[in-house]
Amino acid sequence: MSCWITIQDYALRSIGIGERLLPKEDFTLCQQFTLIGSGMIWNVYFGVVALLAGFFLATALALGKNSDNRLLRKPAEWFIFIFRGSPLFIQFFFAYFLFLSLKKLSPVFAPFTAAWLGALVTLFFNTAAYSGEIFYGALRSVPKGDLEAADAYGFSGWKKFRKITWPTMLRLAWPAYTNEAIFLFHATTLVFFSGFPAWRQKGDALYYASYFADKTFNPFIPYPILAMYFVLLTLIVVTLFGLVNRRLNRHLPQGVRRKIRLRPNLIR
Amino acid sequence: MSFYTSFGTVLLLLAITAPVALAFGFGGAMAARSRILPVSWLGKAYIAIVRGVPDIAFFLFFVIAFDQAIEWLRHKALCPDWTDPIRQGNDFVVCAEAKMPLSSAAQWVHEVYGFGLAVITFAIVFGAFAANVLFGAMRAVPRAQMETAEAYGMSHRQAFWRILVPQMWVYALPGLSNLWMVLIKATPLLFLLGVEDIVYWARELGGSKTAKFTDYPHGDWRMWYFLALLVFYLLFTKFSEVVLEKLMVRLSHGQATLAGEKQRKAKA
Repeated sequence: MSCWITIQDYALRSIGIGERLLPKEDFTLCQQFTLIGSGMIWNVYFGVVALLAGFFLATALALGKNSDNRLLRKPAEWFIFIFRGSPLFIQFFFAYFLFLSLKKLSPVFAPFTAAWLGALVTLFFNTAAYSGEIFYGALRSVPKGDLEAADAYGFSGWKKFRKITWPTMLRLAWPAYTNEAIFLFHATTLVFFSGFPAWRQKGDALYYASYFADKTFNPFIPYPILAMYFVLLTLIVVTLFGLVNRRLNRHLPQGVRRKIRLRPNLIR
Repeated sequence: MSFYTSFGTVLLLLAITAPVALAFGFGGAMAARSRILPVSWLGKAYIAIVRGVPDIAFFLFFVIAFDQAIEWLRHKALCPDWTDPIRQGNDFVVCAEAKMPLSSAAQWVHEVYGFGLAVITFAIVFGAFAANVLFGAMRAVPRAQMETAEAYGMSHRQAFWRILVPQMWVYALPGLSNLWMVLIKATPLLFLLGVEDIVYWARELGGSKTAKFTDYPHGDWRMWYFLALLVFYLLFTKFSEVVLEKLMVRLSHGQATLAGEKQRKAKA
């Protein structure tokens, strides 16, 4: 069987298109590369959707935590504390079983017990809490002078926030936010190792990597392949975020621009 | 009963891993700032490689790799006249005497061995992060302090141990406390390494043995186990935050930093 056929069979295996059965023996390098790469579809899906949705909730959380109104501040503080204070791993487990019990009450929750939605919601809340804290820190360090200048020019309310506060906040938060994004992609590997089942062996990259490692008793091939894919993914994320960073800083003189210092985080 | 001891397992893991990881980190940081080029490359490579890869992959990879490496070395030493290949297709076969631990060994030996592997894995991963923090902290100590030490005629080694090391902690503590929080949150991953920790027990207690939840008045309890775990971790995080804050105040005492200066003024 040539490599091209393997790619046709397994390239979309993780979303259920192609050959049903996973290879059982005589594993070739090509199979490992294809299947693990196929699993990356899930990692990218979880990461991208959670990041995009989380961005907005994070902004809301940062504003809430910075608010003078107790009714807004306390919920935001608790939300951030709960999701940052406990392991993501436990959150996944808890969410899975929570949705399982909710499913008994109402069939509305049935899709939440599947990874594509349930895990996504968990990741969404989690990244919102972490980025919310980052944005909150950035919001507090928006230079006083900028805001005074905005007042002097007659900006107020929404317009001041949209034109002055928010862009400055993003600009200050961006390097840390980049790291959060990288980290979120790494965290997506946890999904199928917590309660969420990989239905019909449609799993993510780590799921297939550990499948191969289990079958061959040889971790030295699948995991480095996985690592390679993740390094690639990280490079792409860094490039994209770097472009945004350039845009956010485009009005500043060259020397003042903040460079993104890569600090990939660890487990959460 | 073993359910309660599993909480002890987590605490024990933290208690052992933290100092070991710190030692790894210290070694790594010392190597990275070494004046001998290959040594500094080694230190920097250690930091870079471990930080670039999702750690869950590391956890899965290292434990099997370590186990196989140890067994392979023992195999070479103990059974020199074994002619069959070690990798027979998908199997990893060593002679009976080289098994680690011996298949005749008591149950607790197996458990301790598994736990030891977990500690080493955690220490290597977190050591790299600690190395990065300490490396930064060593460079953050004001240059003038080192120059003064040299002016007083201290040798490199003396200046390092007597001036740099005592002063660097205050710079390293924010990073290290961050790391500690992450380490706390990484402990549920123990369950992946096959140690019977709290996640294992939470799954076990609510698991297949009591599959017919309808027979019980309380229904599916797993959700509540994980909620309890969530609260356990939240409390632990909060507690650590308070203690680390106290430690920071102590370490800032007499330092040439903003916090140290504040303390001095408050006293005067």
